Amino acid sequence: MLNKKNIKKMKGFVQMVLVVALAIFSLIQPGLAQKKMIQIKGSDTLVNLVQILAEEYMAKNRGAAIAVLGGGSGTGITALINGTCDIANHSREWKPKELDLAYEKGVRPRIFAIAVDALSIIVNEKNPLETLTMVQVGSIFRGEIKNWKVLGGPDQKISLYGRQSNSGTYAFMQEHVLNNKNYSPEVKEMNGNAQIIEAVTQDVSGIGYVGVGYLYDESGQVRKGIKVLKIKKDENAPAFSPLDKEAVYSAKYAISRPLYQSTNGKPSGVAADFIRFELSPEGQAIVEKEGFFKIGQELMEQNLKNLK
Amino acid sequence: MHSVKKKGFGSNLKESFFKNLFKISGLLTILTLLGIFALLLYSAVPAFKEIDLKEFFTSTRWDPTSPEEPEYGLLSMLVSSLLVTAGALFIAFPVGVAVAAYLSDVARPKTREIFKPVIELLAAVPSVVVGFIGITLIGPLIARVFKMSHGLTALNGSILLAIMALPTIISISEDALRAVPQSYTEASLAVGANHWQTLIRVKIPAARSGIIAAFMLGMGRAIGETMTVLMATGNARSFPHGFLQSVRTLTANIAIELGEVPYFTTHYYALFALGLVLFLLTFIINLTADLIMEKQKRKLL
Repeated sequence: MLNKKNIKKMKGFVQMVLVVALAIFSLIQPGLAQKKMIQIKGSDTLVNLVQILAEEYMAKNRGAAIAVLGGGSGTGITALINGTCDIANHSREWKPKELDLAYEKGVRPRIFAIAVDALSIIVNEKNPLETLTMVQVGSIFRGEIKNWKVLGGPDQKISLYGRQSNSGTYAFMQEHVLNNKNYSPEVKEMNGNAQIIEAVTQDVSGIGYVGVGYLYDESGQVRKGIKVLKIKKDENAPAFSPLDKEAVYSAKYAISRPLYQSTNGKPSGVAADFIRFELSPEGQAIVEKEGFFKIGQELMEQNLKNLK
Repeated sequence: MHSVKKKGFGSNLKESFFKNLFKISGLLTILTLLGIFALLLYSAVPAFKEIDLKEFFTSTRWDPTSPEEPEYGLLSMLVSSLLVTAGALFIAFPVGVAVAAYLSDVARPKTREIFKPVIELLAAVPSVVVGFIGITLIGPLIARVFKMSHGLTALNGSILLAIMALPTIISISEDALRAVPQSYTEASLAVGANHWQTLIRVKIPAARSGIIAAFMLGMGRAIGETMTVLMATGNARSFPHGFLQSVRTLTANIAIELGEVPYFTTHYYALFALGLVLFLLTFIINLTADLIMEKQKRKLL
């Protein structure tokens, strides 16, 4: 006869078996998942686009798993160097220091340009200004022009919004628009493109910079509450908007840049296949649908060389 | 002790096993603390091979990725941290002590039974959620009240941190007030003082050290908070000149930059140096609070 003690013992035994089985299972499971899971990390400007590309790719290739994380270009590049991701997204080029570090650690980056971005300068919709020159944008973010009045706007203190220093957009802007000078310490540093848009929408005297893909809402319209400024290369040049496709493709819009992905060494397996998909006419059509621009002939040839 | 011995060998073994288990757990906590300190120190020291100590502590400019000239000065961030914390305590301390006095002396037991858990629940609200409230509710409110274009300011951070520090301040102050011996109250009432006079002139002074400890622990809570201030204060690097300005605290700066920084560079070590400063700051605050509480316990015994 089973007495109470025995039942208790059995219960305890079954529980123990379950716990051990669970522990073993949880140890094995990430191992199984890791085999196919491709980790992509980095640029906030790229994160939505690459997420959509990955979803499309996964819908076609059952069994492939791709995880896309943001964090900033610097974060992605650092993760690639430290071996914690398979593909790094970055909206700026590698810094010499990062390349040194990569080589030191045996990481040999291969770089692919997957899309082109037109860096957009946005202000609140109530701001009467329509155009700025490159020099003016630089002066504003260096903190030399502090009031909209100087530029013909209302008598309001300019309220600056930017990205954090791990952002490729931050670095690109500093190099190409601020002429490698320091940002004003008054810049409020936001956590991503979406936060900058949100802040400028609420702030009548706000100005910020974001990737072109973030200007559109889900229905493909330019977001309400912001105004996208036209940019002049210099005082005498005509002004162009980043919303004007032709102007960006013909490089008349002054601040456009390639957006990159890097792998450690020649990509293989799912990573290579995914990059090939991004570069295909189908992938590039998605790039354009998301508000970014297709890559040109020259960059594409370079990409294909890097895939081989 | 006798009864334990009678139970025999097995029970004795069990007792010493658990005794040692608890002892090891306790030691582990201390070791962890020492370990964190050692790691911080070890990772912070190399920073000063390239950074001048004087620059680190007196410069207001922090711009490690500057293409012109990198500079590592913590003063703006340190003052920002202290400013936001001071603002938080200015709001939370009077409110917290008032609520504690209400709970210990005024509220009926039933009311107290409802209030206490609700207040403690406030401590369980995740800091991201508090930060979100700062962005969507309190920030715009500040902008409207002060006629500014945005509300991502030190004041925003202070208000949010006040909310987060309240449970700590209330709970510890209330414990201190309840620990005041009944005889004090009785004596005070016996000589003709009313409830209010007893509370203000007898009980609060008697519980003084516990209330100061609540203040210190609330301060420790506020100064170490990261996510909320990161979301709510705008993170501008400039030196703060008031509560209506965007500021960047020590914690926010570490959170922003540590993810991106290439390992084993001066910038990386400098972030650990900031961490060390923060660690020492909170350690001193918490230690002071502990010492004060210990003193109160002894006095009341």
